[in-house]
Order: sequence, then structure tokens, then C-alpha cells
Amino acid sequence: MIPAAFDYKRAGSADEAIALLGEYGEDAKLLAGGHSLLPLMKYRLASPAVLIDIGRLSDLSYIREDGDVVRIGALTRHRDIEISELLKSQVGLLPEVAGHVGDPQVRHRGTIGGSLAHGDPASDLPSAILALRATLVIKGPNGTREVSSDDFFTGFLETAVGPDELLTEIIVSKTPNATFGFQKFNRRAQDWAIVGCSVIVNNGSCGVGLVNMDSRPVRAAGVESAIAGGASAADGAASAADGCEPPTDLNASVEYRQHLARVLVRRALETAGK
Amino acid sequence: MGDTVQVTMNINGTAQSHDVEPRTLLVHYIRDVCGLTGTNIGCDSSSCGACTIHLDGEAVKSCTMLAVQADGHDLTTIEGLAPSAEKLHPMQQAFHECHALQCGYCTPGMVMAAVSLLDEVPNPTERQVRIGLEGNLCRCTGYHNIVKAVLQCAAEGVAK
Repeated sequence: MIPAAFDYKRAGSADEAIALLGEYGEDAKLLAGGHSLLPLMKYRLASPAVLIDIGRLSDLSYIREDGDVVRIGALTRHRDIEISELLKSQVGLLPEVAGHVGDPQVRHRGTIGGSLAHGDPASDLPSAILALRATLVIKGPNGTREVSSDDFFTGFLETAVGPDELLTEIIVSKTPNATFGFQKFNRRAQDWAIVGCSVIVNNGSCGVGLVNMDSRPVRAAGVESAIAGGASAADGAASAADGCEPPTDLNASVEYRQHLARVLVRRALETAGK
Repeated sequence: MGDTVQVTMNINGTAQSHDVEPRTLLVHYIRDVCGLTGTNIGCDSSSCGACTIHLDGEAVKSCTMLAVQADGHDLTTIEGLAPSAEKLHPMQQAFHECHALQCGYCTPGMVMAAVSLLDEVPNPTERQVRIGLEGNLCRCTGYHNIVKAVLQCAAEGVAK
């Protein structure tokens, strides 16, 4: 399988990438690690006329402490997140989830920013970003803006990143004493999650992110408030599928996904000590 | 559209430089342009791992990279693993001794993934080997001896 022909531009900086996006408009796509985009291009589900390669912007690959938060450059690879001692000690959920993305070869190439900006409702990292209530930094021609994770995923393969913008950074709060759990159900190794969830419990508050339970990754607000109110894992997880409109496909019906959400959230809560 | 781009990279210690279409996949560049056909194409959709090579020492799937993305990097393919024509790499030797191949199609990618795994986890448990090789499929289902070979190679302590 070979992608359709395209023009190749290599950006030397974030600003240059944004200028190129402005020049080529919606015909252009950004290429980071390429592990979401290239498969789509090989299947000809995407045929951008111009590919803007940002994969060499090493100044966007970092994991940095900054007061109460950790800042993660959008081009940081899953592998670097998986093994980061700083993240393991301060935001343990994130390396846990990053270590479940794809397989080792995928994690050597794929980036957190690329995965999030792709907006796939079934990929793993959005569940953690939602549970952690992360902040996403988006850079455009008129400067940078910050978007909360709740406002980032706007629809199927759609995010708050505009056509002339670039996701540059993910900001997560330090929660060294938090407990967490991640669950993904799939039929074969390295398959996408049929349903997946991230849970974090910190000082009585709770965050729960679900993937492949709607057209976009979503939070399970009912579970969060139940756990914060003292509910058991089993009682809290009972509302995991409430308000979700999960897809039906060959792998799972709506009812099966709802069942999986309740079971997986309960397991993740139990892993987190609830 | 698709004007050619010059790429230069080091493959198995040899400098390679060619003009390629931007859409050229790295695995096609390695096989068809450089003539290194030890790297196989299996599923062609980044699932099976038959096309696994090392990019700057780490296992990657060369069917899910463009050749232009590898520009300026150091690559190793299965042809470049053995220290000489007479001597196998310890991982190849372990595969040989443990009969860790049947039809052999997945073997180049499996060996490259296994070497990268031991580089990151020098003394893995059997479970770590099985999870570490989840990106590589063996359609003969010959996993048992593959895992045995990786554990033997690890025990010998000569991963790289």
C-alpha cells in the first residue's frame, strides 16, 4: 500500500510549520511520528496534498517540571513518557497508559501530541488526558492559547486544534500521592481498545476518562461524583456508561460496550485502591 | 506534485543517498532502492512487525515510515546485524539453536525486535519477552521457541 502523491515540506520550527499551514490551508496535514496519519494515507482514507513534517522539531520533545505541573512537549514519544522517572513519580497514570499504546515499535515513533491531535475516539492517551484534566497548549498565527481537556476533543477525529494551528504542549498537574488504574479491553494484542478507561483518585477527588464509548473520548462524570461522595468501586462504576452513545461495530454492540465500561471502570477503580 | 526529495542515510554502516518520491515508504526504499531484501513486508499496516528495523538503535516498523523521515539517521537491517559473514549475531545464533523459526518469514523482524527489546530490558522475564514482542506476529505460531531463544540470548548477556 502506497500513499497518494503529496508535496513534502520540512518545518524547521513551530512558527514555520504554522506559516506553512497558513499557506496551504486544509490541503495540508502535519506529520509528527506518523503512526496515526500514515496508515490512513496508505489506505487512502486521507490524501493530503501537502505533508508538513514537524518530526524534527526537537525543541517540542521534553518532559519538564514547572512548579505544581509537568509540561510535556507535543513531540514527546510514547516511549519517552513510558520510561520518564519524573512522570512515574509525579503523574503515574500517564506513563502507565503510554506503555499500553500499540507495541514497542509504535511507541518508538508515535508522539503524545500526534495521538491527541488525531482525535481518534478509541486511542488510549485521551482517557488519561481527560482523567487528569490536563491543559493543552495550542499555537497559531496569533500566538498561543490554552484549552482544557474537556474542550479539546470536539467530535470524531476532530479536536480544538484549528487548521492553521499546532498542538505544542500538554500540561498536567503533579499528583504524587494519587492512585490510578488503566484498563483496555481488546481481542488481540495491539488492537485498538473496544473500550478503555483511565481512573485517577487523588485526595478524595476522582477523574475517569473513557475511550471508544462515544464519537469522542469522554469523561464519566457520574462515576467521578459517586466516588468523590464515598461510593464503592462497584457502586460508582454502575453509572460508567450513563450518557454515552457508544458505537456498534463487528467487535461490540452498544449493550456490550456499556457492559464493558461498567466492568473496566470498576476494575480500574479497584486498581486505584477504591 | 510529489517532486522528488534527496535522502541520505547510513544503512548497516554504508552511506546511501538517492532521490525519492516523498511518498516512498522506508521499507520500499530499503528493499527496492538499496536492494536490501532481508527486511520483509508482511501485513503492510504496522501490525505484523515483519518489516522491523532499527532506527538509531531502536526497533521501528519500516512500513509505517516514509523514507524522508529517515533522512540523516542511522539504520540497521537484518543484513547488518551479524558481526561478519562467518559469525551470527548472538540473537541469530540463539534463534538457530532454539529452532525459533519455521517458515522464516517473520524471523528478520522478530530478531530485530528482540535485539531492541534486550537493549531496553536486558534481563526480561518470560512475560516481558512475550509482551515485548507483541508487535511481531508469527503466522506459524512458533512463539514458544522464539521466546525461548530470546531468554537464552538474554541469559548469555550479549544482547547488543
